[in-house]
Amino acid sequence: MIEFTAILAWPFLLAGAFFFIAGTLGVLRFPDIYSRLHAVTKADTLGLGLTVIGLGLLSGSLRTTLLMILVWLLVMASGATACQLLARYERERPQVEDENGGR
Amino acid sequence: MAVVDWVYDGLLALLVLGLAAGALYSLSLYRAVVFYIALGLVLALVWARLGAPDLALAEAAIGAGLTGVLLLSALKHQPNKARLMGWPWLPGLTGIAILLLLIMMVKAVWGLPQGMAAVGQAALLAVPESGVEHPVTAVLLNFRAWDTLLEVLVVLLALLALRQLTLPDETFPDAWPLLLAWSRLLAPLSLLLGIYLLWRGADAPGGAFQSGALIAAGLLMLRLVGLSPALPWSRFGVRLSILIGPTIFLLAAMATASLGAGWLAFPPDWSKALILLIEVAATTSIAISLALLVGSDSRELNQ
Repeated sequence: MIEFTAILAWPFLLAGAFFFIAGTLGVLRFPDIYSRLHAVTKADTLGLGLTVIGLGLLSGSLRTTLLMILVWLLVMASGATACQLLARYERERPQVEDENGGR
Repeated sequence: MAVVDWVYDGLLALLVLGLAAGALYSLSLYRAVVFYIALGLVLALVWARLGAPDLALAEAAIGAGLTGVLLLSALKHQPNKARLMGWPWLPGLTGIAILLLLIMMVKAVWGLPQGMAAVGQAALLAVPESGVEHPVTAVLLNFRAWDTLLEVLVVLLALLALRQLTLPDETFPDAWPLLLAWSRLLAPLSLLLGIYLLWRGADAPGGAFQSGALIAAGLLMLRLVGLSPALPWSRFGVRLSILIGPTIFLLAAMATASLGAGWLAFPPDWSKALILLIEVAATTSIAISLALLVGSDSRELNQ
């Protein structure tokens, strides 16, 4: 049974890693701040959720899993909030080229 | 698995060095601060990898969180866009100094015996008599309580030094509704987590400094978004909570020195109660002091 859950965990962990890498690439490569925010908050939240599922299956402990899910919920809420705040800041900022050439 | 560990640790080490270089040599001060905060978070990971979760918690809460807020608010007070002075010979000189330091450190570490030193074994053996189950708390609050007392006094000294300064007037813009709602959710949570960390310190990683930093973070968040005013120094309760930690610690030290076995040598029957009392008092003082260190009311300071 333990081995079965361990095997089941790996696809989740790999998918989690994939979404983290995708989110990071998005932050590095996307052209403007809105799409970069989109990449980092959505993809990383999903990646963390999948990683939590995988690690929960690996740990085999309900308590540990619940704690990790709590952490995930907190990260999800803070990511969504920070994303909205940064996006509003960017939208209401006077649109001038800053010292880094508009990035 | 050993290879994976080596790769992971190596990447962490490179990341620490890169972020430190970024914090030191960034031309924009704002970027340097952001690098510094990231450095604190990665250092916390390093401590966790080394099996020192107490240090990881303290590094993340104080090193990255509170120091980060402190640096960012210092940056806001810069009169104009400050730039680092570009002394051409500075990097070379720092490099030589770091190299010398590195050689000395390697020499010092090389001579250390492998495995656990005798003093560590003695400390672990004495943990059951210390009144707490967690070895780190036993060392911090019992075997080496003198060091912790001095650390609590350092926080007090820093706050007293800040009281001597005048700060430029600062006004915070009105916070957006979303930020207000989020702060209302997060501030009680950080208080809850702070108390949990304090209580857990008896048998697991946690303790006064981590707990105090978390509570201070909650207070600061309420202050920065304008949900609560700055803690007023004029109020007796505020000054009392700042002094209660050092006072109780010093009283315990004097009581053990005059009535018991010696300066801060707790009698085993009493040690759990004494340590709990000191921890709660120290946490209160650290939380209020840290909140005031970062979020003092400039108008009150300038009076």
